[in-house]
Amino acid sequence: MTGRRFSHSHPLGQLRTEVERLLGDFSRQTPLANWVPGAQYPAVNIWESDHDVFVEAEVPGVKESDLEILVVGDDLTIKGKRADAPDDTSFHRRERGAGAFSRVVRLPIEVDADKVEASLREGVLEIRLAKAAAVRPRKIQVKAH
Amino acid sequence: MATETTHETKPGVEPGAAEQTRSGNWYRPNVDIIEKQDELLILADMPGLGVDLIDIRFEDGTLTIHGRVPPRQADGVRYLAREYGLGDFYRTFRVSEEIDASRISAEYRHGVLTLHMPKAEAAKPRTITVKAS
Repeated sequence: MTGRRFSHSHPLGQLRTEVERLLGDFSRQTPLANWVPGAQYPAVNIWESDHDVFVEAEVPGVKESDLEILVVGDDLTIKGKRADAPDDTSFHRRERGAGAFSRVVRLPIEVDADKVEASLREGVLEIRLAKAAAVRPRKIQVKAH
Repeated sequence: MATETTHETKPGVEPGAAEQTRSGNWYRPNVDIIEKQDELLILADMPGLGVDLIDIRFEDGTLTIHGRVPPRQADGVRYLAREYGLGDFYRTFRVSEEIDASRISAEYRHGVLTLHMPKAEAAKPRTITVKAS
């Protein structure tokens, strides 16, 4: 489902992020409102600290037990599903997506796949990934003779 | 669908647009409006809130939902990718008199706000039994 994917450090990926930022709430609504195959759901924000990379996604209405998070190499996969309404539901308006989703996010920094923690609070998923030892900043002690 | 009892007030011209949050952004939550036998349900995707951060008002036939989304990252954090922004959720709906406004109730779970809007007695479907004399 991921199809073409631009790495975030790739100029096109950056352009896309910038365009989405400029579009503001329009772009925010698009992923869930359409929920079409191939759409990038969920949208993510990624930031870093010295030792960790954080990935956050908004997945309202998804339960912990319906989420699956995988890290393979630099690829973080977020999979899940949101329960669908019964067939006979009478909708006056239907903007919220339902069903299964899956997204692969190429992480911009090497991580240690054994040190990943995820939490889900009020529809906000936060994944904390420890940076690989090689890319962590290291303090070099100057020895006194 | 024949009698749509909720509709939005002037799409795109939210009265709250002038009421800006600290970050200056606000978002229109995606909603489902479902009709049941004795109530209308509004489900709104409003992640990252708590019950004390949601204001629901009903005034002059207009239902307003407002979620005050607190910041989740410290100012000046180093973003590597930013695909969505954060800001308050805001949306208004026009509600007809067929709703019993005094009995509107709400709950918030998994980042979804559910509003129960009971139909007024007069709007409920009723089966009339014909009595044999």
